[in-house]
Amino acid sequence: MDGILFLIFAAAAVLCGLNVVMQRQPIASALSLIGVMGSLAALYLLLGAQFIAAAQVIVYAGAIMVLFVIVIMLLNAGAEKRTGVSLMARYLGLPALAGLLGALSYVIFRAFADSGVVRFGRFSAGAARDVGQALFTKYLLPFEITSLLVLIAIAGAVVLAYKEFER
Amino acid sequence: MTAAGVPLSWYLILSAVLFALGVAGFLFRRNIITMFMSIELMLNAVNLSFVAFSYHLNQVDGNILAFFVMVVAAAEAAVGLAIILTVFKNRATLQIDEVESMKN
Amino acid sequence: MQHLWLIPLFPLLGFLANGLFGRRAPKRIVSLVAVGSVLLSFLWVLRTLWALWPLDAPHLERYFAWIQIHDFRIGFDLAVDRLTAVMLLVVAGVGLLIHVYSIGYMGQEGGYYRFFSYLNLFMFFMLTLVLAANFLLLFVGWEGVGLCSYLLIGFYFLRKSATNAGNKAFIVNRIGDFGFSLAIFLIAVNFRTLDFAGVFSAVELRPVETGAGLVTTIGLLLLVGATGKSAQIPLYVWLPDAMEGPTPVSALIHAATMVTAGVYMVARMSVIYLHAPLALDVVAWIGILTAFFAATIGITQFDIKRVFAYSTISQLGYMFLGLGSGAFPAGIFHLWTHAFFKALLFLGAGSVIHGILEQDLRKMGGLRAKMPVTFWTLVCASASIAGVPFTAGFVSKDEILLAAHHHAPWMYWLGTITAGMTAFYVFRAIFLAFLGAPREAHHAHESPAVMTVPLVLLAALSLGGGRFNVSRWLEPLFPAPEARHDEALVVISVAAGLTGIGLAWLFYVARPGLADVVAGRLGALYRLVYEKYRVDELYNVTVVQPVVIGARNLFWQSVDVGVIDAAANGIGTRARGIGSVLRLLQSGNIRSYAAWVALGSVAALIAIGLAGGAR
Repeated sequence: MDGILFLIFAAAAVLCGLNVVMQRQPIASALSLIGVMGSLAALYLLLGAQFIAAAQVIVYAGAIMVLFVIVIMLLNAGAEKRTGVSLMARYLGLPALAGLLGALSYVIFRAFADSGVVRFGRFSAGAARDVGQALFTKYLLPFEITSLLVLIAIAGAVVLAYKEFER
Repeated sequence: MTAAGVPLSWYLILSAVLFALGVAGFLFRRNIITMFMSIELMLNAVNLSFVAFSYHLNQVDGNILAFFVMVVAAAEAAVGLAIILTVFKNRATLQIDEVESMKN
Repeated sequence: MQHLWLIPLFPLLGFLANGLFGRRAPKRIVSLVAVGSVLLSFLWVLRTLWALWPLDAPHLERYFAWIQIHDFRIGFDLAVDRLTAVMLLVVAGVGLLIHVYSIGYMGQEGGYYRFFSYLNLFMFFMLTLVLAANFLLLFVGWEGVGLCSYLLIGFYFLRKSATNAGNKAFIVNRIGDFGFSLAIFLIAVNFRTLDFAGVFSAVELRPVETGAGLVTTIGLLLLVGATGKSAQIPLYVWLPDAMEGPTPVSALIHAATMVTAGVYMVARMSVIYLHAPLALDVVAWIGILTAFFAATIGITQFDIKRVFAYSTISQLGYMFLGLGSGAFPAGIFHLWTHAFFKALLFLGAGSVIHGILEQDLRKMGGLRAKMPVTFWTLVCASASIAGVPFTAGFVSKDEILLAAHHHAPWMYWLGTITAGMTAFYVFRAIFLAFLGAPREAHHAHESPAVMTVPLVLLAALSLGGGRFNVSRWLEPLFPAPEARHDEALVVISVAAGLTGIGLAWLFYVARPGLADVVAGRLGALYRLVYEKYRVDELYNVTVVQPVVIGARNLFWQSVDVGVIDAAANGIGTRARGIGSVLRLLQSGNIRSYAAWVALGSVAALIAIGLAGGAR
């Protein structure tokens, strides 16, 4: 059961990912990205990370992607034009990409070929209680700092956008 | 592969593939917003990696880190989109190749 | 404790006062300070000699350790013995007279304060040289007087010929100083001390060397230094050019004091030379050859100062001849008398130049009526130098000639011929300048008292200076030479001198055109001598030009421009080259940056994997 579920959602993720990269229209890319995130949420559930799965859907797919879609609509971003191509990206990028993928795969196979299997239900520490406990005890300082970070980001975004619409 | 479970390495391979897709999108797309979305794709791939390791090590710490990544991604998205809006207002273009006043 | 340090200190203070503040001070104050400081120094010399009389033993005063390395000590030590006393009297006494004279001579010149401050500085260094009790301090004074000579020769620095002459003097001196330095190094290494007392006692312990050896080498190297400073062959070429300086400078530095430093030094090192007879013989050879050589040139010159310059070279040769013959007291005695009559000759020439603003003998004549004091004092000086009986010069020169005869008879004969030539050229100058009809119109006038009083004093000393039997007083310091008094030799040398005077009378008073006729007959020979045997041109071709061309082509073009500049510029150019290549990375294209990032991350991954971090 785990295997089938994994395959389904993994395939969905990869296909949506490909779509993100290959679509001409930005809005189509955005919607594909939402699909990727949904698939990933399911995979998180398979890995026992309940809290993260919920957060993924609420925060990522529900807030961030909505923000993306709003901006795309605001800017009326149309299809991508075929302007100047970066030679550097083409001739350096493809080999780099292939190399990256190859290197990562190699490393993963070397290190984790004989690690255990993932079974749904074997990991129990992903519930909200456990996450909350760790977050407010062991990771309290990073938690507070990240909240400060968010505050700064809000302020920055407001400053940047505010100037715009003042005109 | 049995119905009982999936090897951990497959999750990691999936993460690598998604990451590679994100890099590809970043390198080969010309629209700024699409490039930004590729970055989000990369971040998601890394999140998957974190959660997989969290399972592997039987600790909650990976989940915590994935959580932090998410928060930072949100902040980054907000600021980044604000910047893109500003660039659009000044240059009236969303093509990355046309934002090149620092060239040469 | 006689406080010997005060002797050089007074002129040093005078130098500082005039040098720092003299520019805005009135001339009277400047003269007062300058002459006053030398006067104080001279008085202190007299007081010291009075206190230490009869000066049987040397009086050493150690002040402080200048250099101290373990047990090798060089101190600021001053010493007085009889030899030093003679030198002190000459330097301070004649120096004082010349300082007074300069008030009148330089009265209308610009840079008055500068002249006197340099002159005071010179006195400081010369007194230090004479009082020094070790080689290094002597060398300090040695170098210092060379510096002051350079400064004073080039005093009229707007004249290219003057600055060239200053350079020439300094550079040629330097060559001599190089030899001196090598000698000092040898002494320091072998005797482990530079104090005169220590070195001499160490040398006494060694056997007398026949032929080459350590002490002979030291003696010869010291002699190189002496030939530079005292203008002997082969380093005499700077002295005639040094006449570009003001005449008091020529009188003080290039007649009475600085050029005698070499003679003093050889006399001081008598112990070394007596242990190296070969070196002593070389001293005598150089002395007599220089004396003869310079006298021949002096016969032909027309610039009055040049005549006296070659005369100085010649007389210094006599002093070296005396030293080299083993008669050290005689050499110093001649130094004593020479200071009087040579300084007088130069100061008298200065008086003439001051009066008519002309230096060429061919343009003078008939000055006797207008400048009587100058004339008569110069006659006294000329008589002294010519060896007229009972003048000071006669006494000292005869002692030298007698010693020379004992050492090597041919040196005596050559010296006698030279004495004849000396008499000839000096009286030639006197007759051309003062007798006969004026060849050009002059507004000649006698010099003021401030200039003529020193002339008179020096004339008295030129005549009566022989009364101070200096050589007998110095005899205890040196091994006693065999006393030989041969009347015949004395008569012969006096005859030579009188013959010289007579010939001068013949050529320039009785038959004025005769000189030119003889010169014409001798043709090429005359021209050669007139052009100083073309020695300067020879040096130019063999030494100066190769050095200049070598330095220009080898060191400047090849090394400095080719290697060093190229390296420095090359680094800059290379940095720029590398920079322009690296700049291509900054393409301004965001996607290429991303590609590089991806590439870099792949490389990092591979590196970590290779380093075994995959586990």
